[in-house]
Amino acid sequence: MHFDSASFDLVNQMPKGLLALVEREQGASNSIAKEGLPRRSFLKMGVASGFALGAYPLMAGAQTAAPAAPAGLKPFEQPSAFVRIDKDGTVTVTINRLEFGQGVLTALPMCLAEELDADWSKVHAEHGDANPAYVDPAFGMHLTGGSGSIKRSFMQYRELGARARAMLVAAAAAQWGVDASTLRTENGMVIGAGGKAISYGDLSDAAMKMPVPEKVALKDAKNFRIIGKATPRLDARAKSSGTQNFGIDVQLPGMLTAVVVHAPVFGAKLKSVDDSAAKAIKGVTAVLRMPTDRAGEGVAVVAQGYWAAKQGRDALKLEWDTSAVEKVDSAAQLASYKALAKKTGMVKIKADMGPMAKAPKKISAEFTFPYLAHAPMEPLNCTVQVTGTGADAKAAIYLGTQMPGFDGMAASKVLGLQPQNVKVHVQMAGGGFGRRAVPTADYVVEACTVAKLAMAAGVTAPIRVLWSREDDIKGGYYRPMHVHRAEIGFDAKGKVLAWDHVIVGQSITQGTPFGGMMIKDGIDMTIAEGMREPYDVPMRLSIHHPVVNVPVLWWRSVGSTHTAYVMETLVDEIARATQQDPVAYRLKLMGDKHPRHKAALMLAVEQSGYNKRKLPKGQAWGVAVHESFDTVVAYVAEASVTKGVPKLHAVTAAVHCNLAVNPKTIEAQVQGAALMGLGTCLPGAAITLKDGVVEQSNFGDYVVARMPDMPKIAVHIVPSAEPPTGMGEPGLPPLAPAFGNAIAKLTGKTPRDLPFKLA
Amino acid sequence: MTTTLNINGKDTPVDADPNTPILWALRDTLGMTGTKFGCGAALCGACTVHIDGVATRSCVTPISAAAGKKITTIEAVASDSVGLAVQNAWIAHDVVQCGYCQSGQIMSATALLKTNKKPSDADIDAAMAGNICRCGTYARVRSAIKSAAQTLA
Repeated sequence: MHFDSASFDLVNQMPKGLLALVEREQGASNSIAKEGLPRRSFLKMGVASGFALGAYPLMAGAQTAAPAAPAGLKPFEQPSAFVRIDKDGTVTVTINRLEFGQGVLTALPMCLAEELDADWSKVHAEHGDANPAYVDPAFGMHLTGGSGSIKRSFMQYRELGARARAMLVAAAAAQWGVDASTLRTENGMVIGAGGKAISYGDLSDAAMKMPVPEKVALKDAKNFRIIGKATPRLDARAKSSGTQNFGIDVQLPGMLTAVVVHAPVFGAKLKSVDDSAAKAIKGVTAVLRMPTDRAGEGVAVVAQGYWAAKQGRDALKLEWDTSAVEKVDSAAQLASYKALAKKTGMVKIKADMGPMAKAPKKISAEFTFPYLAHAPMEPLNCTVQVTGTGADAKAAIYLGTQMPGFDGMAASKVLGLQPQNVKVHVQMAGGGFGRRAVPTADYVVEACTVAKLAMAAGVTAPIRVLWSREDDIKGGYYRPMHVHRAEIGFDAKGKVLAWDHVIVGQSITQGTPFGGMMIKDGIDMTIAEGMREPYDVPMRLSIHHPVVNVPVLWWRSVGSTHTAYVMETLVDEIARATQQDPVAYRLKLMGDKHPRHKAALMLAVEQSGYNKRKLPKGQAWGVAVHESFDTVVAYVAEASVTKGVPKLHAVTAAVHCNLAVNPKTIEAQVQGAALMGLGTCLPGAAITLKDGVVEQSNFGDYVVARMPDMPKIAVHIVPSAEPPTGMGEPGLPPLAPAFGNAIAKLTGKTPRDLPFKLA
Repeated sequence: MTTTLNINGKDTPVDADPNTPILWALRDTLGMTGTKFGCGAALCGACTVHIDGVATRSCVTPISAAAGKKITTIEAVASDSVGLAVQNAWIAHDVVQCGYCQSGQIMSATALLKTNKKPSDADIDAAMAGNICRCGTYARVRSAIKSAAQTLA
């Protein structure tokens, strides 16, 4: 998994390569799962003083196999440190993920510090980079996504902490001439008989001389003193004082800023460019006609600072040729999707639809979901610095990214450099929600293209390409638009006899390196995730994937952004149609399976006082439960509808994410995801196109949730000691259906179009 | 052209076009990056600063409009008791997530508490509705404002 001699196409091979590795090393991986990692996984780092411990790529997770150390990299480059202990006792933990609000900069160090028995007040964290050491141990690529940071690196970080601790203990034992087994550790100290103690900082040099232990024992969960404790974020002060730097804040000497005019229709080309007025703007350094995403064209204005660049861009006179590209019209697209939804598509789940004809009761429903922009608060940006020429050329790119390996590879391809000559500096990111995990690396390719063309024009300064909010809202890579159609036949007791379900929506991964993994028999698995489960109903699920000239992407919780809404409101409708309580009906459908769903649902029900407490006049309860990314979240909502305007007042949440590593973060993630889910219900939360042009442009016409929208949200966690699952996304999907079900109870009608239409 | 701005109590010459928004003078000319760019159109509040104590969207306010006035940014918000109380409450309540909008949230909250010592939920809604947080930290923003108000009482 090293990057020399790689081309961008190698990315395509990464998952397959990983699979092959896993198969080859299957025997080894089984023992790893039971006994932890082999010693050769770990390497002491060459540091001037103090202690550092790293781990080879792919070897530091119990889930993965153990390949040989990567060839082609110099010894000091492999691996990178995960934990460093300075002589003053400061412990620095490197995270192999992007911190963009989810709290992983605190939670992963908690896992390591737990086993290290570190003094938490001395623990710091920093981002890793695109070094192979920092790949996701299960996926074999750099990835912050799929709510997987804790799920897939929990054991990895604990093992690193345990090995570092063992080396510190060995150093103390040698110094005192005692057996290591007589020593214990606590709060950054090794403690011996009679209470004599020595700090980790004082031991750091000696610990580096100790061998990496063959085996280490991990703590029993009952002895955890950091994991499971509500722990304040390590980045709280910096982010509350304006001192936290993000990608957009990178400042390099002589750096210029570029803005890029994108084609008004995706993939359109330029007919003419008049840049005379733009070039006359003070501070404008260069105006560059350039290739852009989807084989389109655009113009970059490079200037001293964003304001001059924007002035230059506003002064451009451009004519576009849109003749060769499809010009999408949302109304026509919706009509064609609805027509398509009436036909059976590619079958994902089979079931006998014979009983439909004789079903005593029927529901026929059509749902629509619009395109959605991620709109992270920090506008997309990437800073590129190229130094040296010819064979000595090297590049550094600075950005907040969920996939630094991919982005580095894309940069190397555009810049014509060997991948190992591109250094990716991962920056703190102001949100992302999927927009910083782009298989085409669109904004990285763009920034590198600008840098390359600027160099050709004699501009060698580092360049930051910065998107405006309008560029972001109009820039594509949306949650796809979807239409669902369901015909459900059931009996008077609510037993489902046949459920015929069709989903229409673009494939997210078609044509990307992820397609090979995620598309089976023509069906992109991301569109169907969250369907049917946890209800054992005879569902035939079929899929249509229209090809549309609008780039699409995963958006926080991906398929579950729409499937949870459809499933959870339809189940509620069946319950209402058969006069059953929606909670009791769900429990009945789940039967004796799905204990985690049941535990979450029942905890939310209990804590909310559902049906026991009298709600204020005009309010109703709404319930939903949904699993995504291996975590179950249940919501009990309290909502009203006044003069046709729905309002969500309060939400009781219950989460089953197995062991809760940092309950504080979990609470924040659930509240935030719930609010984002609520945002998808608000009128104006939609991207639409007319004549191929995106109609929205900024937060004035693309609606997101604001302070007055925030309901009261109480978060409860189902106790569990099982290995933790993720919390980045699962709080989002069940919010909208819980709200929708409450509205249905009040009005007798389930909203079937998102965002909700006001009556 | 040089405009002199009083930023965080210091007269600071800024060599930029007088129409340049304060945001970009701060960020690009002076290298003060605590104030954030979010929308460029006074729609999200990430760029909020105080001008003579009033919460102002710096992305649409030209430097010419601030000459002779006092600009306070996130970097100096804690130099007065209200700003300090807000910042401390922000840390105590662990308000931040990605943190990008929080400079603006803190500036808006501080301006609110300077004019309203005991804001109701409705007051907080009104004062903070212009500050978007995509992570959804609003519940803790609300609690932190209330707890800052208590410490100042």
